[in-house]
Amino acid sequence: MADPRVIVVGAGPAGVRAAQALVEAGLRPTVVDEGRRDGGQIYRRQPEGFARSYPQLYGTEAQKAKDLHDSFEALRPHIDYRPETLAWNLTAGQLHVVAGGERTAVLPYDSLIVCSGATDRLLPVEGWHYAGCYSLGAAQIALKSQACSIGKRVVFMGTGPLLYLVASQYLKAGAQVAAVLDTSSLSTRIRALPALAARPALLWNGLKLVAMLRSAGVRLMAGISPVAVTGDDERGVSGVRLRDAQGREHSFECDAVGLGYHLRSEGQLADLAKCHFDFDEPSRQWLPRIDEDGRSSAPGVYLAGDGARILGADGAEAAGRLAALAALKDAGRPHAVVEMPQLRKRLATMDKFRRGLLQAFPWPHQLASQLPDRAIVCRCEGVSAGDLRATVRDLGAQEMNRAKALCRVGMGRCQGRYCGHAAAELVADAAVLPIERVGRLRGQGPVKPLPMSVPLAVEEQA
Amino acid sequence: MNVPRFVRLAEQGRAPIRVTIDGREAHALEGDTLMVALLSNTGQLRHSEFGPEVRSGFCLMGACQDCWVRDEQGNRMRACTTTARDGMAVRTTKEEATWPTLA
Repeated sequence: MADPRVIVVGAGPAGVRAAQALVEAGLRPTVVDEGRRDGGQIYRRQPEGFARSYPQLYGTEAQKAKDLHDSFEALRPHIDYRPETLAWNLTAGQLHVVAGGERTAVLPYDSLIVCSGATDRLLPVEGWHYAGCYSLGAAQIALKSQACSIGKRVVFMGTGPLLYLVASQYLKAGAQVAAVLDTSSLSTRIRALPALAARPALLWNGLKLVAMLRSAGVRLMAGISPVAVTGDDERGVSGVRLRDAQGREHSFECDAVGLGYHLRSEGQLADLAKCHFDFDEPSRQWLPRIDEDGRSSAPGVYLAGDGARILGADGAEAAGRLAALAALKDAGRPHAVVEMPQLRKRLATMDKFRRGLLQAFPWPHQLASQLPDRAIVCRCEGVSAGDLRATVRDLGAQEMNRAKALCRVGMGRCQGRYCGHAAAELVADAAVLPIERVGRLRGQGPVKPLPMSVPLAVEEQA
Repeated sequence: MNVPRFVRLAEQGRAPIRVTIDGREAHALEGDTLMVALLSNTGQLRHSEFGPEVRSGFCLMGACQDCWVRDEQGNRMRACTTTARDGMAVRTTKEEATWPTLA
């Protein structure tokens, strides 16, 4: 029997561990990754010629980062590695890719393991379109990959563990952190402690970060409601305004804001593979349906890592390996099946922690429905909260794709990655419907903007 | 405006390179992304097509496409995932509308 053709999308923790399991079983998988180097976002590698050490770059996770990078180096001769390659479309049994922005290929597969990762989850605030307002992940990438701060004086605002991690990394690197402003309250975080205790080392690390920031004199506020990122059209950000838990208004001067509300799964390829999605109540986002091993509802398509469930890097490593073992088993090439129950158990513990994080740092969906009409919701197309409400009220859009067709929300460059969740909250609020009833923006190929010459070139090939 | 946006905190021992931003020569370092090469010299990458404001990127991971700039020939580059090279020339000013439709 010929070897099954297996493609892994993504070379972060999930993708690398998936590829490793496939190589162990004697296969030569194709690994398609958008990054210039392996590691994904969390273990992103700095460019050649940079000199910072692993502990400087990855802190407490230095050894894990090094292990992952070393594992990938060892895999290189045994895989068809395609870096700087975007998987832009998916048709029956074929992955359409483009390398370096122009060289196209159509890759047939028997099994596809999608480890597409996550992006920041964003909730708009008035003024977030000003230059100098970045996602929290962006702030971290600027530092990790380029040794830069996003500004001279930075405010971090939003919620989730990344808020404290990035703020502490900035502080250690010598950047000026003006404030860390969290929409979650201390009481929700305390109530989540039993669930967070599922991973005591991580919980302890988190508490240490907060203590470090506090002792360094960084202003930490909990239970806040963002009011506005202030600034002007030409110069960009000049500060933030917010209300504290008692309703009093505060402001901070800064020239940069790192904004983020935990993460959202990159689901476009799963969508194009026609995987079934379910509404996940705790996170209020739609997630592709997977079984305990990572099998999606589409035959031959496996999903692992933050692109399927936000379990973080350790969870991604376990899920990547488990999905590959499942793919091997299903292809009649069983390998290391004895490890599967243990991996499932590890993932169950991590899912408990995931739920704890969502309880501790909830997505503050009510803030979306409270946005003033003038606030920009869709940064790409300049669609305001008022435009979106009028689309629901006057044009009768009660579903996200309808709203997109009528007012262009989510139709621009980012294809709804950064406004989609908040826009759904606004539509649900304006239509007086439960959030799961307004649906979600459908993923469409190309999953990122491409010049017209790219899809045409592929058509000629086929 | 020309106030640099990004602040370099380390890794400044790399070889210098030169880039041209809207016709003005500027200094950057080997290994910089185009975005860092630009924003360590200036405050913006482009103008919004749908509003009056300047933009300077948002996600830095190739997902939002807010950091598109153009070379002197009008070719589009995503500044956060493009490596800056010595001698690169980039336009951040609002000339998109005057160029012919690009293939």
